[in-house]
Amino acid sequence: MKGFFQELVRNKILFLMIAPALLFFVVFSYAPMVGVYYAFTRFSFDGGLFGGEFIGLKNFEFLFNSGVLWNLTKNTVLYNIAFIIISNVLQLACAIFLAELPGKWFKKSTQSIMFLPFFVSFVLVGAFVFNLFSNSGVINTMLTSMGLQTYDFYMHTAPWKYIIVFFHVWKGLGYGTVIYLAAIMSVSDEYHEAAKIDGANIFKRIQHITIPLLIPTFILLILLSLGGILKGQFDLFYQIIGNNGMLYNSTDIIDTYVYRSLAVNFDIGMGTAAGLYQSLFGFVLILVVNYIIRKVQKDYALF
Amino acid sequence: MKMEKATVVFNIIGYVLITILTVLCLLPFVLIVSGSFTPEIEIVKAGFKLIPETFSLDAYKAAFSNPKQIFDGYRVTIMITVIGTIVGLFLTSMGGFVLSRKDFKYRDQLSFFIYFTTLFSGGLIPWYILITKHLDLKDTYLALILPSLLSAWNIILMKNFMKSIPDSIVESAKIDGAGEFTIFLKLILPLSGPGLATIGLFMSLGYWNDWFLANLFITSESHYPLQFLLYKILASAAVLKTNVAGNLSPDFQPPAETLKMAAAVIATGPIVFLYPFVQRFFVKGLTIGAVKG
Repeated sequence: MKGFFQELVRNKILFLMIAPALLFFVVFSYAPMVGVYYAFTRFSFDGGLFGGEFIGLKNFEFLFNSGVLWNLTKNTVLYNIAFIIISNVLQLACAIFLAELPGKWFKKSTQSIMFLPFFVSFVLVGAFVFNLFSNSGVINTMLTSMGLQTYDFYMHTAPWKYIIVFFHVWKGLGYGTVIYLAAIMSVSDEYHEAAKIDGANIFKRIQHITIPLLIPTFILLILLSLGGILKGQFDLFYQIIGNNGMLYNSTDIIDTYVYRSLAVNFDIGMGTAAGLYQSLFGFVLILVVNYIIRKVQKDYALF
Repeated sequence: MKMEKATVVFNIIGYVLITILTVLCLLPFVLIVSGSFTPEIEIVKAGFKLIPETFSLDAYKAAFSNPKQIFDGYRVTIMITVIGTIVGLFLTSMGGFVLSRKDFKYRDQLSFFIYFTTLFSGGLIPWYILITKHLDLKDTYLALILPSLLSAWNIILMKNFMKSIPDSIVESAKIDGAGEFTIFLKLILPLSGPGLATIGLFMSLGYWNDWFLANLFITSESHYPLQFLLYKILASAAVLKTNVAGNLSPDFQPPAETLKMAAAVIATGPIVFLYPFVQRFFVKGLTIGAVKG
């Protein structure tokens, strides 16, 4: 301890310079950790943190026994798996084609357009959904003009899974393509030149040079995303589904449930419990993922 | 030189796939813009189309007939974006500088203290209660700026970026008697241009596109940032106030659905307009810290 204070005095300017950042994380990240106590109480609106009655694990028991927790976990995990696989495969494919195709202007402009969705807000995604799928939306206009029955999207649960996955992939396509493209560009041309001389065609070269060299990046990105598989993308789900209760069964994720506990149902204890479950489970997942990366490729371990 | 058959096949597949994906990326934007230029009566009769039959500026005229809400939205969004980015960037780079210093004894412990917040959190509700009940920030502009002022990832990214600046610069300045803060301000910051540009752009994009903080904390309409105003308009929870007198002619339908589209164009326009100029900074920044975040 004495050493710490000596250091504090010796480097007081450096400590002062990092103090605002530390204070920020104490207030906005560490202080709320104390608040997980709400998960073990029956919340009282005027009692504050310790004013509510302590009820132990009752909130968790309810979430578990009612099947809510299982449904939320299943949805969150399955959506994330679909996001991760479809996004990464498409991004990888785009990067491979963009790296090899001739035509500089074509590649530059398509890459720019594919990156554009990353820059717009999720509220705009909500506007797209309205424009496309509402009763006077583009899709229903097309159905009518072809003499077909209109389809009320808001009365059916089936299409929304695909709509959500589509817009997730849509928003991240350009971003991921850039990352994979950078990994491809870092591979020396010599391999390709040598293979060309040996008479390997483009498919052979991609199969035997580009893809094997990209596999470590691919696996690493997938593993890193698996660490966050319990974290939902609240913006995406909320802007597309909103408070449409009919669709919850197949579109409710942990984050939307927690949000509704806070903003709609005012069930603070239950919502905090679901949030704590997500945090703890997510923490364990990251530890596992990090352990695996450490075994496979030590350099890329997170900590 | 004659192209190999395999190369021709590859190129065809590539051009087709990339073209389809590009069209899918662009199409929603085209639909919104064309929707905003459609006369309302056409939407009521037939619905949204790819290309409207007649061209109309009614939605924009209506939106700007009483522009106070839109101007308020722009004012709030620009204010939080500018203040949040400048203050956040300054604190991020200062923190990154301290953590990048190899002669700073507690850098690993403090790095972990910051990094740990990405691994575990108390969740949305305790965070919300802290901000509204204990910090008392409900319905203030600070509630739109403070909660996303710093991110652990950005500080770590900045730290890694500054690590690549040679130690000898700091050492020789110290020998000349310069203080730590002067070294940071006069020597390190000017050398960190690309890192600052990238992180700054990410921050301002985050502030510009934010609607979540407003959704949780803002209650009075004059405090709505642009994206939240758009959200409210789309959800028909807030009607964009217009001075369009009803029943001018039997054929005239006051813009409602098309007004939503026009609002979307007005709220997103600046981002799309600035996009070509800032895109390369993002691409560069992504490839600096790509894999490890």
